[in-house]
Amino acid sequence: MEKKVIINEERCKSCGLCVSVCPKHVLRISDRINSKGYHPAELFDNEGCISCGFCYIICPDMAIQEVRRPEPVKK
Amino acid sequence: MKLIYKKPDAITERDTTYCPGCPHGIAHRLVAELLEEMDLVKKTVIVWPVGCSVFGYYFIATDAVEAAHGRACAMATGIKRVHPESFVMTYQGDGDLASIGIAETVHAAARGERISVVYINNGNYGMTGGQMAPTTLIGQVTTTSPYGRKPELNGFPMHVPEMLAALDGPAYIARAALDSPQHIIQAKKFLKKAFTAQVKNLGFSLVELVSACPTNWKMTPVEAMERIRKEVLPVFPIGEFKVAKGVE
Repeated sequence: MEKKVIINEERCKSCGLCVSVCPKHVLRISDRINSKGYHPAELFDNEGCISCGFCYIICPDMAIQEVRRPEPVKK
Repeated sequence: MKLIYKKPDAITERDTTYCPGCPHGIAHRLVAELLEEMDLVKKTVIVWPVGCSVFGYYFIATDAVEAAHGRACAMATGIKRVHPESFVMTYQGDGDLASIGIAETVHAAARGERISVVYINNGNYGMTGGQMAPTTLIGQVTTTSPYGRKPELNGFPMHVPEMLAALDGPAYIARAALDSPQHIIQAKKFLKKAFTAQVKNLGFSLVELVSACPTNWKMTPVEAMERIRKEVLPVFPIGEFKVAKGVE
């Protein structure tokens, strides 16, 4: 499935606010290092994400660029 | 996939100069989103202050001027009077607005100038290293109050919105917080009313945003947001202090 949260890792400063507000605990600070020397946040459980957008709302660096929700399946 | 949120186009690609976890970026995003939603980006002039947000014109792509320390409201008054068709707002911190610029702010409010003020309150002078500001809480340790702020020596924290709400000029005065998604959504609603007050030509509008300074508070960003909820909001309560008719 497509990623529900698009993170621009170069903008991330590893403050951890998105991880602290995520109601489903599907975000974490990764082991990678960006060009500024920070460990960017990553979405490690795309299936568990409910696209609530709390991470986007709290992100102080606009690193969370997009939040998407899958279209409901028509029966 | 349906797009729920997207970074506003008015926010530039340039990385912010703020410390990790600084809520200045949240306030920038709220302002940029509202300017786009209300279709004001092309006719906005933002007067930036002296302080951490001094480079704000790099991050929000609108017309901008840089005011001398504390004089943003005076400068915005002139711009609005010469260009009444423009949307003129200032973006100021607590050291800028409540300390050195209190005279300009109070008089702009008393005259009922048609400008909007976004006022960030983080309880210290962030850029210069965390000195005591007028909004520093009682007992809070800063570099210039190493034993905590004492009322008998340093006075009491200043409540700017409550003070301005007593005047006749302002159309909309409110305080919101930037500590949690719920409060940030509420802050956006307050800011929208403040901007509407200017668009409808009702008078002066100001929104205080209770913010954090993780670096100078010597806390992690998450601890700083918790401190806002536990210590700052009881002293600086969220609310609307003046709502003129027609702002809704």
